[in-house]
Amino acid sequence: MSVLLNKHSRVIFQGFTGQHASFHAEEAIKMGTNVVGGVTPGKGGTLHLGLPVFDTVEEAVQETGADVSGIFVPPPFAADAIMEAIDAGVKTIVVIADGIPVQDMVHVERYRMGTQSIIIGPNTPGIITPGVGKVGIMPSHIYSPGRIGIVSRSGTLNYEAVAQMAELGLGQSSSIGIGGDPVNGTDFVTVLKAFEEDPDTDAVLMIGEIGGPQEVDAARWATKNMRKPLICYVAGLSAPAGRRMGHAGAIISSESDTATAKIDTMEQLGMYVVRNPAEIGATVKRAMTMAAKSMPG
Amino acid sequence: MNIHEYQTKDLLKRYGVPVPSGRVVQTDEQAVSVAEEIGGARWIVKAQIHSGGRGKAGGVKIGKSIDEVGAIAGEMIGSKLVTQQTGADGRLVHRVLVEQASTIVREFYVGLVIDRATRRITLIASSEGGVEIEEVAQRTPERIIKEVIDPAVGMLDFQCRKVANKIGLKGALLPQAVKIMKGVYRCMRDNDAVMVEINPLAIIDSGQLLALDAKMTFDDNALYRRPEISELRDFDEEDPKEVEATAHGLNYIALDGDVGCIVNGAGLAMATMDAITLHGGRPANFLDVGGGATPKKMANAFHIVLQDPAVKTILINIFAGINRCDWIATGIIQAMRDQNIKMPIVVRLAGTNVEEGRAILNASKFPFIIASNLDDAAKKAVIEANNIARKVVQLRKEQA
Repeated sequence: MSVLLNKHSRVIFQGFTGQHASFHAEEAIKMGTNVVGGVTPGKGGTLHLGLPVFDTVEEAVQETGADVSGIFVPPPFAADAIMEAIDAGVKTIVVIADGIPVQDMVHVERYRMGTQSIIIGPNTPGIITPGVGKVGIMPSHIYSPGRIGIVSRSGTLNYEAVAQMAELGLGQSSSIGIGGDPVNGTDFVTVLKAFEEDPDTDAVLMIGEIGGPQEVDAARWATKNMRKPLICYVAGLSAPAGRRMGHAGAIISSESDTATAKIDTMEQLGMYVVRNPAEIGATVKRAMTMAAKSMPG
Repeated sequence: MNIHEYQTKDLLKRYGVPVPSGRVVQTDEQAVSVAEEIGGARWIVKAQIHSGGRGKAGGVKIGKSIDEVGAIAGEMIGSKLVTQQTGADGRLVHRVLVEQASTIVREFYVGLVIDRATRRITLIASSEGGVEIEEVAQRTPERIIKEVIDPAVGMLDFQCRKVANKIGLKGALLPQAVKIMKGVYRCMRDNDAVMVEINPLAIIDSGQLLALDAKMTFDDNALYRRPEISELRDFDEEDPKEVEATAHGLNYIALDGDVGCIVNGAGLAMATMDAITLHGGRPANFLDVGGGATPKKMANAFHIVLQDPAVKTILINIFAGINRCDWIATGIIQAMRDQNIKMPIVVRLAGTNVEEGRAILNASKFPFIIASNLDDAAKKAVIEANNIARKVVQLRKEQA
């Protein structure tokens, strides 16, 4: 098993016949992802990359049993595509699009309430389970199968961490980007919970950024609910404070908004905190060593 | 995107939010005629720049006669206003807003924001208006009232009544408050704003509620469907480098260090700045070239970073996912040649087509400083910047 994307997953792409989706669907198929088809309204009934194209997600789900969708439609149409996937009962919806209006996401999140769907993103590199498959745009060759779960807001910083881990011989169970937008589908806690329950994950690396209370909330949750080691890095220690015009946004997230405040709190909570971005891999390794020592027998 | 106070007030007025009578002007003569037209005994003249703290900086003044209004406006227009938020250079005042001055009885705060935690629009109100709301939140958090809005039904009358009641807007003021809050909500929703703030919302001597100052911020990602809002953009208020960056699909923020940064991805860009800082250096900027960085985009990135005269060296850190290191390398060489760049360039490439990228750099005649990883890159860039700083000091000594 692995988190959100495993060998039983049946994947479709929305916006399937577009240039972007075609390239990344091919890449996904190359690494073994079980892609079962795609959706492009108006092109239903045709074949693309040797796979069936459907007009609606509902039809695609009925015909293929898809339970994961990668959304590659342009930002103005993304909200509609996500809600279509929710309506069709798709369990994991990965939204790659960068630039979806924030109020659209407010509506999407409201629409999702009470359903079984999980939205990853928007503005995410996606999900990858090395050795099994990917739904996203990350360079799969840098990942390798292993026992560390990664959850991050940023894409390229995720790659950076993976490269550092590779140098130390550490691979990933799954790596999940939750996206960098102000309103996103899945938060850190949801992913941490999945990793905690996953028998193939031994430790979790959480990569955050300044802005918003999500990282600290997740660390608080982890101290109470996680037995696996959690390693945290928050980017933006050197970012200047106070580059915003209004204050209303700052109030709601006033608690521990700076990266310094965030990592101080996390350290107090007993997390493995990375202060130097060049030491992400080394800190993961240290956490694994410490965890192995404290294991009984 | 931010807009001016007068633009925010024009917009709010259309949604039934009462604002003082007044108009924006560009000359002292216009200020005088507006004052005459709106009448009254006292007028307020407010500098229109995108910055808070205008009052303390002398950008908000009361005129007790028509002549005085003209004099104040004449002095403000064309002057540079230095507030806590503008930096030492200040901001040139092109326009002032002339309004009837109000006699304030009591001040409140009403704002709407998109809250990351609840993923919804949230109404924020306080009985403490006219002061920095951040201070109120710190000093007396119990005086900040929050109400989360369900997007399926929008802001409901009872929610407004609840909030109004809690901040002390009662009796005849209650229906006025409900109308204002609902108007502000509709204005935010219909125009894809991410933040609206009325501070203060004041009870004036006539017993009416009036929005005396207001701010609005819009979602850049939604401007494509809000052409009317896009037109309100004032490029004079923005850093020309940031404007150029946006036009080229780059995300640039100027900082005050000397190590220029060109990175892909916001997270990696911040981590790169952090690494530079940890090695004792200071980043000159944040720059995210994003995905799909073509040679042209790289050249544009160089052009923007090099406009900052403080930059002594440039650190390029690319971890290519959808990007390609060979395209990045081609872009770097193009920029070096076309822009005749002489300063040391530290390059760290990783990910897709990294071998091809490195080969292109090595085959060129430029003395790139190649870094093997993030730490190495930051270390080398800081050494280069410090070397140049030392040389500059030496040169100055020799000249003196």
